[in-house]
Amino acid sequence: MHLTVWTYEGPPHIGAMRIATAMTDVHYVLHAPQGDTYADLLFTMIERRGKRPPVTYTTFQARDLGGDTADLFQRAALDAYERFKPAAMLVGASCTGELIQDDPAGLARALGLPIPVIPLELPSYQRKENWGAAETFYQLVRTLAGPHMPAPGTDRPARKPGEPARCNILGATALGFRHRDDVRAVKELLARLGVEVNVVAPWQAGAADIARLGQADFNVVLYPEIAGLAAQWLKRAFGQPTIATVPIGVGATRDFITEVARLAGVDATAVLADETSRLPWYSRSVDSTYLTAKRVFIFGDATHAIAAARIASEELGFKVVGLGTYSRERARDVREAAGRLGLEALITDDYLEVEAACAELQPELVLGTQMERHIAKRLGIPCAVISAPVHVQDFPARYSPQMGFEGANVIFDTWVHPLMMGLEEHLLGMFRDDFEFNDGAGSSHLGHGAKPVIPGRSEAPNPEPTTGLNADDRPDDRAHPVVGSGLGPDGPPRNDGELADKPIVLSWAAEAELELKKIPFFVRGKARRNTEKFAGERGISPITVETLYDAKAHFGR
Amino acid sequence: MNAPLLVTPVPASGCAAPPILRERGQREVFCGLTGIMWLHRKIQDAFFLIVGSRTCAHLMQSAAGVMIFAEPRFATAIIEEKDLAGLADANAELDAVVERLLARRPEIRMLFLVGSCPSEVIKLDLSRAAIRLGQRFAPQVRVLNYSGSGIETTFTQGEDACLTSLVPTLPAQPVDAEASLLIVGVLADAVEDQFRRLLAAMGINRVAFLPARRAADMPAVGANTRYLLVQPFLGETARALENRGATRLAAPFPLGAEGTTEWLRAAADAFDVSDAVFEPAIAAPRERANKALQHSRAALNGRRIFFFPDSQLEIPIARFLSRELGMELVEVGTPYLHKDHLAADLALLPEGVQLSEGQDVDRQLDRCLAAAPDITVCGLGLANPLEEHGLTTKWAIELVFTPIQGFEQAGDLAELFARPLNRRALLEV
Repeated sequence: MHLTVWTYEGPPHIGAMRIATAMTDVHYVLHAPQGDTYADLLFTMIERRGKRPPVTYTTFQARDLGGDTADLFQRAALDAYERFKPAAMLVGASCTGELIQDDPAGLARALGLPIPVIPLELPSYQRKENWGAAETFYQLVRTLAGPHMPAPGTDRPARKPGEPARCNILGATALGFRHRDDVRAVKELLARLGVEVNVVAPWQAGAADIARLGQADFNVVLYPEIAGLAAQWLKRAFGQPTIATVPIGVGATRDFITEVARLAGVDATAVLADETSRLPWYSRSVDSTYLTAKRVFIFGDATHAIAAARIASEELGFKVVGLGTYSRERARDVREAAGRLGLEALITDDYLEVEAACAELQPELVLGTQMERHIAKRLGIPCAVISAPVHVQDFPARYSPQMGFEGANVIFDTWVHPLMMGLEEHLLGMFRDDFEFNDGAGSSHLGHGAKPVIPGRSEAPNPEPTTGLNADDRPDDRAHPVVGSGLGPDGPPRNDGELADKPIVLSWAAEAELELKKIPFFVRGKARRNTEKFAGERGISPITVETLYDAKAHFGR
Repeated sequence: MNAPLLVTPVPASGCAAPPILRERGQREVFCGLTGIMWLHRKIQDAFFLIVGSRTCAHLMQSAAGVMIFAEPRFATAIIEEKDLAGLADANAELDAVVERLLARRPEIRMLFLVGSCPSEVIKLDLSRAAIRLGQRFAPQVRVLNYSGSGIETTFTQGEDACLTSLVPTLPAQPVDAEASLLIVGVLADAVEDQFRRLLAAMGINRVAFLPARRAADMPAVGANTRYLLVQPFLGETARALENRGATRLAAPFPLGAEGTTEWLRAAADAFDVSDAVFEPAIAAPRERANKALQHSRAALNGRRIFFFPDSQLEIPIARFLSRELGMELVEVGTPYLHKDHLAADLALLPEGVQLSEGQDVDRQLDRCLAAAPDITVCGLGLANPLEEHGLTTKWAIELVFTPIQGFEQAGDLAELFARPLNRRALLEV
């Protein structure tokens, strides 16, 4: 048994869901207990999808276990087919489904549905999410493209002269970090090179598109964790070479262009000469001098961690002091990348080990996942997110790829932004007691009158869709210097030195003050101001618990 | 707009029960593990150790949002392949995990071993593990166990299972103890304090809460205990309390001005508080509640509402919305309907209301889309897809995580429903 609070990856059936949800006409029937439907909200909330994932869960309960869970599975599969009429069906089990030893593959076969039914063997107690996604995509590709394989020993027919080269773009899934925009960025690059896109998969592909994969000349693999396995098979089955370079960063994008051009037989000189990234100039401009040799710690999935290490060291002039991944499947690649930087890679899925490494190295910038964002926050170190798992704010409305030249622009801004804040925090520390630079003054780049910085936090708490709970109260709920003056930590920021001499004459009964403390800190300031306004207008002093609630009823929320 | 509420006396028991549509099929609900989210905030020195799979850990992380980073007092002991090979081994592994955990968190006084689907299916006996570990770590730490698995519990039933495991460990009241009131179910601390003050104003001072805020302060129970449920999903806890001799006071649940009044009245009646004392004690806060409800009345009056099953809170909330805010109930779905505990609320529902118990989610979605309600209460897996269909939704989980009970929260509860409707009216693009 392994004790954990946070897990970088979900179980493998979540990976299968990511493939099914990315596609247009594939349905997944999952043998799973009641409650496993929680996974739907990853897609509907974090990625903000307006459609339910195409997954039917059998949602068996204890009372079903004595009886016929196999029958339950068959009915669910049949109902799902009748209702959704998918072009292909995935069937499998979640961790508990695996234990009750029904056989989804055999049970689904027995139904004799008139569509391809693809059984998934996803060992939940050994493997994880990305492996599940890779395995699912591979099985889909094998089943649907397999029948179109050329006979053994036949070569690929050569392209007719004048015909453009065609490629597939593989690996983008639902719930992938910036997959939506990476696909667009890579499509634009290929278009500039005159390469046609045959199929993008699994992203917005249908079963018929998967069947057509063999018609391309080569494959572009955006995320080796997910599409590497399928691309290997396509190479064997159809002789399609794989573009191995992931175009994250300016250098990697240039390499990618060169490699595609070579495979497609086109001249990339014009495209390379017309580079659209501002990163090289921004990085050379004198304002960036202070970035030199900043110590950076990098952790994420293998693809993003390796790419980030190259950008950090070669394109921004940082010093990489730590590099690691939770992708055990690609530990070797990350070890190689770390070796090139004279480092020993950290291969772990235990966030406590990552935290310990971070605390020991004391980097000036952390690049990582949502988890590293919090580790960095706790250690008071600037941080940017480079890899899944991520929260809702990393599925942005605006175009923000990581790949291609625009991706490099996005990366420059994203990584440098917290450092600007970091510099400012440093000033705040130096001039702690200065009348303008103090804890209560908001960050200047957040505009005047911004919310005061919460001590010990570099940003306001994220309004999570899933936390209506009071998060821990403000870490240092200091006594208010002047009770009721609005100058406490939850009062408005002050920009003038005069107010302090003129406290508003309003007093709070001790009990009411305690009652106020029970209100979550992010609305406490408003409650305090409303109550004081209410009391002030009515000449009530001291403010009692009754006053607090009278005001609450008066104002509503 | 300012019409006074017409409160009819509550019948002693439910009258003719409305027809209930019972459905089975795919259920879009949480499992009982999610109860840990609020239970661990309430009992400040308790730790919840789930024995489960990576799926359980992933669920907790998805449901806990940012709390996961605040050194929360819950974790998952993830079962690995080697644990599935032989059971003796799994128990040794669990002991080692608990030992490491308690060494790292010396402030813990109560440890819950929480069963999951995988641990139940492989028949890992957590009750024996709790006894074994309890002996080992006594008197420092008390070790209890319950199941929050999806195969046995739906969402809030996790709290029921947890409190049920606590009941046998409560100290016994002396036989000659004076009658006392026990309030059962997790409430926000502020709401607890409000109830304490209201009851004190009526002269009811022997009041305790289950669960208490600390492991050492759990209330005593015995034949002179009268208990009031604050939540409709505590069927097993109630049964366990009755086994200890306690008596339930029948009441509607304390939601809204009317619900809270009647709930307090049940306590007042049981402790012989006269009307002359009862009325003044609640007059001001009840007036405040009615005033606060005005803020949402315009948005809600006459609007049609549809409830997907989630927490078992649906029926009391539907009662509140229909009687105090004039909403029309299209369908009120609940994962499980406890007839006795909900009798008072059922009796107050409008004639001919459509109730449903259990779920076949695709069929229920068909009904919902056909009915085109003004607002739909549902889980986060359904909310955005229904919004995409043009329906206005209110996500249900917030009704469990937000303080909604009592007079001072009545306005907040109404506003939770008014806000999505007001927002829809505001947005011009």
